[in-house]
Amino acid sequence: MTDVSASAHASFRPSMLIYDRRYRSLTFQVIVFILVMAALWWLIGNTISNLNAMGKSFDFGFLFQRAGYDISGTPIPYTGNDSHLRATVVGLLNTLIVSILGCIAATILGVAVGVARLSKNWLFARLMTVYVEIFRNIPLLLWILVIYAVFTEILPAPNAYRGDDPAWSMILFDHVALTNRYTAIPTLGMDNDPGSLDLGARVTVNWATIAFVVALVGGWFVRRAINAHAQKVQDRTGVRPATLWKNLAVMILPSLFLIWYFGLHLLPPALKGFNFTGGLNITNSLVVLWLALTLYTAAFIAEIVRAGILAVSRGQSEAAFALGLRPKRTMNLVILPQALRVIIPPLISQYLNLTKNSSLAIAVGYMDLRGTLGGTTLNQTGRELEAIVLMMLIYLTLSLIISAGMNVFNSRVKLKER
Amino acid sequence: MKKSVFLGTVAAATMIAGMGMAQEGSTLSQVKERGELNCGVNTGLVGFAAPDANGNWAGFDVALCRAVAAAVLGDASKVKFVPTTGQTRFTAVSSGEVDVLARNSTWTYSRDTDLKLDFVGVNYYDGQGFMVNKELGVTSAKELDGATICIQTGTTTELNLADYFRANQMDYTPVNIDSNAEGEQQYMAGACDAYTTDASGLAATRAAFANPENHIILPEIISKEPLGPAVRHGDNNWGDIVRWTLNALIAAEEYGVTSRNIEELVRSSENPEVQRLLGTTDDLGAMMGLDAEWAKRAILANGNYGEIFAANIGEQTPIGLARGLNAQWTQGGLLYASPFR
Repeated sequence: MTDVSASAHASFRPSMLIYDRRYRSLTFQVIVFILVMAALWWLIGNTISNLNAMGKSFDFGFLFQRAGYDISGTPIPYTGNDSHLRATVVGLLNTLIVSILGCIAATILGVAVGVARLSKNWLFARLMTVYVEIFRNIPLLLWILVIYAVFTEILPAPNAYRGDDPAWSMILFDHVALTNRYTAIPTLGMDNDPGSLDLGARVTVNWATIAFVVALVGGWFVRRAINAHAQKVQDRTGVRPATLWKNLAVMILPSLFLIWYFGLHLLPPALKGFNFTGGLNITNSLVVLWLALTLYTAAFIAEIVRAGILAVSRGQSEAAFALGLRPKRTMNLVILPQALRVIIPPLISQYLNLTKNSSLAIAVGYMDLRGTLGGTTLNQTGRELEAIVLMMLIYLTLSLIISAGMNVFNSRVKLKER
Repeated sequence: MKKSVFLGTVAAATMIAGMGMAQEGSTLSQVKERGELNCGVNTGLVGFAAPDANGNWAGFDVALCRAVAAAVLGDASKVKFVPTTGQTRFTAVSSGEVDVLARNSTWTYSRDTDLKLDFVGVNYYDGQGFMVNKELGVTSAKELDGATICIQTGTTTELNLADYFRANQMDYTPVNIDSNAEGEQQYMAGACDAYTTDASGLAATRAAFANPENHIILPEIISKEPLGPAVRHGDNNWGDIVRWTLNALIAAEEYGVTSRNIEELVRSSENPEVQRLLGTTDDLGAMMGLDAEWAKRAILANGNYGEIFAANIGEQTPIGLARGLNAQWTQGGLLYASPFR
């Protein structure tokens, strides 16, 4: 008898690359790898040769040229004399603003609707079903345009507020004016302005803002300490000391003191010339985009929340009731913690979707990243490839950051297995 | 599974890129082979380029496309009109999606050089203006301090507007819009106090309003906007064809050649300039790869420059633009076709 394994080694035939299971997977991986690399190489080579044919180069120098165009709604100071880079940053900040506002509002609305869909009130639950089905089955762009049209056509031009007997009057004690361009709200004035902290690049933060942030964050930590102490006392004695007033005090009193110290007051907007001035004009494009993104994404989040709650078996809540827990505590202590581990992963996708969907902003003239870098800058400089590549990189980075942050949160709420 | 999806994506991307690669060879031979001229036009600006009730494109820019198609292909109807926005128009040219761009585009230095376009001439000398509602009581652009102004993104008007307000130390809030139709809607709803674009575009937009008399175009013209057809940089012969088609239309008006008398002139004209233009003596067309009667066909398509102007945007139309700068040089205007010889 011959040694089987020795003879197999000795007589390697090329056909074994396909027919022998030991080599087959490796063969196909190598083939796929080569094909992918060849395709990439061809794509890049094609791009380079086409750029050469058009006599164009690939460089980002245009970012430092004067932009020359104006932007409505700038979170940081910006004029047409600034560079395209600054215009890009303005656009990025606008993207972040609408995304963050959208994520917060969509989460609140989505959780509320998701819970409401499980309500025993037949009419209420069906109404929520109608909302969810309408919003998630119609393209977002249409919602944006519809809501924009409603804002533009129904609300009046600022002119309607003019005269002794105006057609429209300001609401909330003459502090807020709704127009078809923007919502004019009051700004904050200070009698005792502490000045601003200069962060460089003409970005400043008022010391009063910093003081308020410190007061709120500090208050939150103190509140946590109070609650932890109350828990300890409860564990030791079985009686939980009253914490409500202490909590309210540490959260609110420092802010009240700061308001008094800085002499904070409201500066209502007033109609002057063509527009309201003196207040803060929040453009309708931001409000519309925010509203549309919120309503659209909340419909998806509602379904995720509903699925998450339904994923917790009925025995859990029955057990909680049997232990004498009230429905609210059952929800907070038993159902939600278990539902969260089902809810969080798809929720991450929804946040990413919302952020990327915000690039539809151009439909309503909201100057986000797509509107500045991918819109006017691209068009005025003719640097399509550079602008699009840069924009893709920025959105990719943004999405990866959101994803990483939410994954950390996910690992904290997921089922602890011991 | 993941891999196959990725490969599919790569394959799709490759095919798209491959389609881009197919744009080699001269534009003239491509157009002839295709039997159709791809012409980039406005998404809808009455008088310049807009589909009529039957879906046929008509207008001042459209007429130029038809003239080029008539000169090259012998049939003015063999044009595929590609509607482009202010943002997509130049990419459409440089990617080869359109052969000619006739879309109220301003001839500027950076577009001619950096964007790698060739503007082959000027078919309308324009300037940027403002339109406001009469109720505002504004009579001059200098009174627009603090106003909200609707503006199409990706246009030279966007930059002019910024420059004008900065130079006059005035403030404004821009409302960026994507197309003329959207601008119209915003302006009519009062979402902006003023609408700014080229004065010709304002007149065309106003003509489409229900009550045009309620809106005025302010007297200030804040910029020079020479609007002209553009082609891709690099194919000089194709650029020549479009340039000389435009010149032929302008020269035809100068020499009194119209679509009505052209057949008669071909037979009987004694004017050597007209004879050369219409191809009865020299064969000028061969010099750029066309036949002798190219200019005749171009003029027959929609008439000469003056006829096109009168039919689409002239004073007899709702748009009612005067010839002004766009009159022949012999009439005190700027139109001046180079000689055909």
